[in-house]
Amino acid sequence: MKKVMSIEQVVGSMGSGMTIGIGGWGSRRKPMALVRAICRSGLTDLTVVSYGGADVGLLCAYGKVRRLFAPFVTLDSIPLEPHFRSARQSGSVEFVEYDEGMFMFGLLAAAHGLPFLPTYAGLGSDVLRVNPGLRTVRSPYGGEELVAVPPLTMDVALVHLNRADHRGNGQYLGPDPYFDDLYCKAADRAYVSCERLVGTGELLKEGPVQSLLVSRAHVTGVVEAPNGAHPTTCEPDAERDEAFQRLYARSAAEPAEWALFRDRFLSGDEGAYQAAVRRWHEEDSR
Amino acid sequence: MSATRAEVCAVACAEAFRGDGEILAAGIGGAITVLGARLARLTFEPDLITHDGVCLLTGDVPALGGTPKEVDGWLPFRDHLWLVLNGRRHVMLGAGQIDRHGNSNISCIGDWTRPKAQLLGSRGAPGNTRCNTTSYWIPKHSPRVFVDRVDMVSGVGWDRGAHEIRVVVTDLAVLDFATPDRRMRLRSVHPGVSVADVVGRTGFDLVIDNEVPETRRPTGEELRIIREVLDPGGLRDREVGA
Repeated sequence: MKKVMSIEQVVGSMGSGMTIGIGGWGSRRKPMALVRAICRSGLTDLTVVSYGGADVGLLCAYGKVRRLFAPFVTLDSIPLEPHFRSARQSGSVEFVEYDEGMFMFGLLAAAHGLPFLPTYAGLGSDVLRVNPGLRTVRSPYGGEELVAVPPLTMDVALVHLNRADHRGNGQYLGPDPYFDDLYCKAADRAYVSCERLVGTGELLKEGPVQSLLVSRAHVTGVVEAPNGAHPTTCEPDAERDEAFQRLYARSAAEPAEWALFRDRFLSGDEGAYQAAVRRWHEEDSR
Repeated sequence: MSATRAEVCAVACAEAFRGDGEILAAGIGGAITVLGARLARLTFEPDLITHDGVCLLTGDVPALGGTPKEVDGWLPFRDHLWLVLNGRRHVMLGAGQIDRHGNSNISCIGDWTRPKAQLLGSRGAPGNTRCNTTSYWIPKHSPRVFVDRVDMVSGVGWDRGAHEIRVVVTDLAVLDFATPDRRMRLRSVHPGVSVADVVGRTGFDLVIDNEVPETRRPTGEELRIIREVLDPGGLRDREVGA
């Protein structure tokens, strides 16, 4: 089966109103090339499921998000995400706020076809108050009360990995898999963007068999997108671009600055974005 | 050697981990919490497990921002979240608001439906506080943080089923819950701080014993470790003013 696609083909296969899961964590290994393409598209009214970072921020800035399932939104080295804050404070996004362990159980339940998974996380907290749809269950053994976390199912999952082959097998070479395998299993369709497409026989030359995180069984399409997690981390291929992330956060806090940022970096396709970032760094170092 | 306020705070954070043994000391509420966990491990609590702030458990104890020479474990986020349920973990968190029972808020300020100020979101605070021993580090003790009622209960307090809220360390004092009804008590004031200073900067009534002791001062060895080994770059001074 031919799975190699372009960024535009992936986004073209998605529809408004869909639920989109986005892999990575905070400002780490986010499929930003695909996120940027969503921002350029006509897609709207999305439900986003994410351990949120700049992905959520950017989609909020472009008015793409109707509803967000997340335990947090952060840029890590910059604790608060300015676009997400604005969206919450203006009431433009509906927030389904989870504890981060609950969130993992939602992904695990969805990935394994379970109607819920029980956990103590969330009990006693206002996460249950602001999510009146969340139910608790009693253990049939000891009678303890637990939160019954429903599955975080999704129409589409987007993840970014270091390497992938043309069949859709995905490999991470950094220190943390995050939850990308679970997103792919939880979704009806999963798309993997990668730093480099390699032959299947090449995969184990760079990492051990345990680094093969995502199986082709769960992947619909694969895209080569070098530096496609920028400005988030994609170790060992790329560190977080802290200087650029600071520029992003500074610009996001000020409408006039944000218009300039959008114009300079986000008005063209992914190639134009990467070229604009390179030019900015060249000017910055002069 | 005389200690700075930041150094008193670092030692008070280290003291929070006394007696914990071979569990993960997760300082994730700022540089002083990391410093406290590592200092405890290098002095009176040598079996503690500490991490690099990303996903490595470190065999040696590097300086803040440094890379470990030895690694003794791997703790990616998925395993960290399971460890929360496992329970062999004492976490030191930050908080935007905290009340007399130790309920904390890192989610948002104002009405949750449309907040005045959106913060992080609840993150792991609900599960952490329900399943793990939790302490807090508040770098600026103020009535905006110590409130009668938090706007959103992210982390649960003693009255909402917390596993254990052990201590709250601030730039002024150490507070605990060693009271019959688990209300917050002023355990000690830092050198140079009065009880009235703390009361004036707390938005609810603290339990205050007749005699409030002074927070333990750092030993010479602790100061040497802080200054020469763990924080030669002085990150601690960015969190606590002089």
